[in-house]
Amino acid sequence: MILELLKNDRGGRNLLSVLAIVAILVPVCNLLIPADNPLHISTYSVTLMGKYLTYALLAVAVDLVWGYLGILSLGHGAFFALGGYAMGMYLMRQIGDRGVYGNPELPDFMVFLNWQELPWFWQGFDQFWFAALMVLLIPGVVAFGFGWFAFRSRVTGVYLSIITQALTYAFMLAFYRNEMGFGGNNGLTDFKDLLGFSLQSDTMRVALFVASALALAVGYLACRAITTSRLGRVAVAIRDAEARARFIGYRVEEVKLWIFAFSALLAGVAGALYVPQVGIINPNEFSPLASIEMVIWVAVGGRATLYGAVVGAVLVNYAKTVFTGVMPEAWLFALGGLFVLVTLFLPQGIVGLLKRKEASA
Amino acid sequence: MSGNLLREGLDSVRATMRRDRVFDFMLPADNPRLDISHNTLLYLEDVSVSFDGFRAINNLNLYIDDGELRCIIGPNGAGKTTMMDIITGKTRPDSGTVYFGQRINLLKLSEPEIARAGIGRKFQKPTVFENLSVMENLELAMAGEKGVWRTFRARLDAAANERIDEVLELIGLVSERRRSAGVLSHGQKQWLEIGMLLMQRPRLLLVDEPVAGMTHQEMDRTAELLTSLAGDHSVVVVEHDMEFVRSIARKVTVLHQGSVLAEGSMDEVQNDPKVVEVYLGGD
Amino acid sequence: MTKRLTTLLCLCLLLAAPIASADPADLTTAFSLLGERSFTKKAEAIPLIANSGHPRARQLLSALLEGQLKQRKTDGRLVWVEQQGDTEVLLDPLTGAPLAEAEGGQFTRLTINNQMRVQLRNAIADMSLADADPAVRLAAVREMTGELDDERAAALERQLADESSSAVKAAIETALALRQLQSADDATRLAAIQQLGSSLEPQAQLRLTTLVESEESSPAVKRAAQESLRGIEQRKQLAALAETLFFGLSLGSVLVLAAIGLAITFGVMGVINMAHGELMMLGAYTTYVVQQLLPNQIGLSLALSIPAAFVVAGLVGVAIERGVIRFLYGRPLETLLATFGISLVLQQLVRTIFSPLNRTVATPEFMSGTLEINAALSLTLNRLYIFAFCLLVFAALVLVLKRTRLGLQVRAVSQNRAMARAMGVRSEWVDALTFGLGSGIAGVAGVALSQLTNVGPNLGQAYIIDSFMVVVFGGVGNLWGTLIAGLSLGVANKVLEPWAGAVLAKILVLVFIILFIQKRPRGLFPQKGRAVEA
Repeated sequence: MILELLKNDRGGRNLLSVLAIVAILVPVCNLLIPADNPLHISTYSVTLMGKYLTYALLAVAVDLVWGYLGILSLGHGAFFALGGYAMGMYLMRQIGDRGVYGNPELPDFMVFLNWQELPWFWQGFDQFWFAALMVLLIPGVVAFGFGWFAFRSRVTGVYLSIITQALTYAFMLAFYRNEMGFGGNNGLTDFKDLLGFSLQSDTMRVALFVASALALAVGYLACRAITTSRLGRVAVAIRDAEARARFIGYRVEEVKLWIFAFSALLAGVAGALYVPQVGIINPNEFSPLASIEMVIWVAVGGRATLYGAVVGAVLVNYAKTVFTGVMPEAWLFALGGLFVLVTLFLPQGIVGLLKRKEASA
Repeated sequence: MSGNLLREGLDSVRATMRRDRVFDFMLPADNPRLDISHNTLLYLEDVSVSFDGFRAINNLNLYIDDGELRCIIGPNGAGKTTMMDIITGKTRPDSGTVYFGQRINLLKLSEPEIARAGIGRKFQKPTVFENLSVMENLELAMAGEKGVWRTFRARLDAAANERIDEVLELIGLVSERRRSAGVLSHGQKQWLEIGMLLMQRPRLLLVDEPVAGMTHQEMDRTAELLTSLAGDHSVVVVEHDMEFVRSIARKVTVLHQGSVLAEGSMDEVQNDPKVVEVYLGGD
Repeated sequence: MTKRLTTLLCLCLLLAAPIASADPADLTTAFSLLGERSFTKKAEAIPLIANSGHPRARQLLSALLEGQLKQRKTDGRLVWVEQQGDTEVLLDPLTGAPLAEAEGGQFTRLTINNQMRVQLRNAIADMSLADADPAVRLAAVREMTGELDDERAAALERQLADESSSAVKAAIETALALRQLQSADDATRLAAIQQLGSSLEPQAQLRLTTLVESEESSPAVKRAAQESLRGIEQRKQLAALAETLFFGLSLGSVLVLAAIGLAITFGVMGVINMAHGELMMLGAYTTYVVQQLLPNQIGLSLALSIPAAFVVAGLVGVAIERGVIRFLYGRPLETLLATFGISLVLQQLVRTIFSPLNRTVATPEFMSGTLEINAALSLTLNRLYIFAFCLLVFAALVLVLKRTRLGLQVRAVSQNRAMARAMGVRSEWVDALTFGLGSGIAGVAGVALSQLTNVGPNLGQAYIIDSFMVVVFGGVGNLWGTLIAGLSLGVANKVLEPWAGAVLAKILVLVFIILFIQKRPRGLFPQKGRAVEA
């Protein structure tokens, strides 16, 4: 079945092959090859690559709604962060009495705020299965609720983009508040372990990397399954001529709603894998800038290809890592310039450029 | 007591089994709720709509019979396209009623619901899905379940393929089936859109300027197609090209300033002094 | 309101003119009397100065009261020593002009006794009461309130008869009523209590509260006091409401200023300019730079900043339109991304040039301070000015669009580009100018913002989402809608704030707009018709 999905998708086949290779090589190079060997990959690099993979999954989610459905979401950071917070809450509960204040029940920031008991919405997050369920459910349900309102009243195009931006902005303002019970400015951090294994250990880092690669592969295939189905063709039809799709009998709102919610769910998974690797989640993840950056990953890679989103996410973030290391003040210039250049000169992204080269060769 | 009830129940079951009677719900109609026992398929009564004080439709009364081919003409701004918008649910009238058959109130339905109730529309400007292939365009238009999950699971079966082939044949795009619709010529796009309309198997076809940008031969074929469709379907054609209208029309309705100015055969309306004034005279 | 302001202004002008008929002989005598050792002699100088009619008589008495008048040991000459920062400055007591350093020497302070202090205070109060500036009179009455002796009370009663300012009148009535509260006669006390019920002076409420709580008050007095307190409470709430409304309108005017340029670029041209906020930021920085160039003329520099900011932001806007946006017409989502990129570049540019730290822009004298409506309600002048400025900019823009050739062409292009071109409108040129106009207004909005907040690279970011909300809420392409939407959102924000907290209020407003757009996707004042659908 997987083969059938990838029948006409050379980029996807390449992507999955590369993923499979790194998912085997990276653990070997990190765990089995000694540190003084040039082939050794440091744990720091493993985590960095793991982070890129979660970004890539997020970019795939953005591409699904933007590239195939025509919804430019400037609020996918919100779903990413919600998934991240759900995971962060589980990790907070795992700290138990090892926190600074040693309270077995309450996370440190609640003790600091003089809270006496755990708020109701923190209940259950000490169970991994529950947290995992919430990682899927919360972004999905929020997106579903938001979409239910937005799509039914036919908010489209830039209006929708701006409302999604307002959505993530509202989340950011809310999560900055201490009273919300999510750690305010500082967010959730100082995690100790996941499923009983220390987050600092090399094995855990590698495991998270492999899990990210796996999630990316599964997420990619799921999106591909949608885009190659008739539903995917309906989505493209809606993207190109929404009214027409309606007049031949498709419930445009429902198609948008389900695909949007599914995309949000993927973003949530990406967030949940991101948090244990970087060790912190705070309201900055909700900032409109973060959400709009995701869009540029997709634009750089190439829209409506899915694998282009992966390429874009990895390249842009690698560039960000390099830039912020060497000359941090230049990063925003570079990013801003990237926005302008890509929209003006590379509307199909890198993938489109390669395709054109190939066609002319 | 309970014996009586049982007997009654049995009787009613037996009644449905009788072979000499055909029941509504056993008819192979697209929409079981569609009731055209009065032989009228579409009712527009006292419909008015205005935009910013401008009355685009003004107390419009229009009836379309089952199986009829009706042409609607009228000068620019007469409200032809707005009327189509109202029937297909794109625009909501300020007042009036719109019924599909005796029972289906179109004003209560959304655009997709109206489409599934059996009304298909071809737009003035051909709108096909340019990034999909010709075949995919027809596939999407095909009548059938259009829910999200079913669409996701849908596969083309033999019957569907056959139907697509038939329509491709009819619209003369067999050799273009794998090409993307965006690269078709203007006339081909018009045909593809008519083909999509046919895939929908609507009871009522609303066709807005079907021959704009077509060659004479293409026009003749379109005329032929539309007349052959009438009978099984009702067809409403909005057209500017008088020659084309004359070639297909049995009954013509002239719209002016949002209401019906004249109705009758082409000769009748052409000799109607009111129509002559609107088309030739000054204001 | 403007009438009050103009009266105030006129009075100030009057004050500045020298008041004639000062008798120098009286003052000379007074100065020599002050030099005497005996307090009795010194005290005789006070009425002489007070009645001299000299324009600086009151300041002289205050200086004496505060120990700023000193006598040179060598020749007994009186000087006015003013503490300016760390240094003492010598002033001529009569003219207030600085004296040369050469006149320095050893000084002794003119000592005064308690009796003189009382005398001085009373003289100053009397003179203040007679002052032409109602603000001075008001301050004088407030100063006296609660410590009236018979003589003062009589003076106040006299003043009440020919007082013209209603605020001063109310203050005098309060002061007199507070005095009557001490009367032994219950009827007088009750009348006084009733009188105090209409006062908003804090002292009135304080005394009434003590009356209610006091054991000595009779039941009738207690009841009346309670009633009056309730009245005060109500009026205070009314004042609080008015204040909320004012803050709301003030925030609203800022929102309108921010959104109005957007209403042009987004509403009229249909271009999403995410760098709009940064154009405002450029306007604010222009104000800062102009002020750095003219450090001593804050008012002038602010006035110059308005055209300067318009030109700077407008030129950057034209550059953005010619350089980027014109290649992206008809692709709104790409425009959004590209202009967002521009906004990042502009932010970083400012950060590199001016440092990431916030800069402060000084507020000119005439814009600082408050306009006091009554004791419970005073409006800050800078917000009032910005509100007026917002209306002015709005009116100017409406005029430009309605009455000028450019406006006509802009409207023509926005309604039907092809037709406008066919009729000889150079649509490219109009596009650039329209965008420049919208951007220039953003710059002007930045000037206003610089008067309210610190100027920093993130200044614009804070406003971009809000201004889009205003434009969308008001109905795209509708300037009046933008005005009403901006003002009402500002008020809604401030009304919700005390009840829900600032952040939550903002969230609530955002959620409200999101829900509103669901219901009416085309805003408060939608454009109707077929053209919109296309």
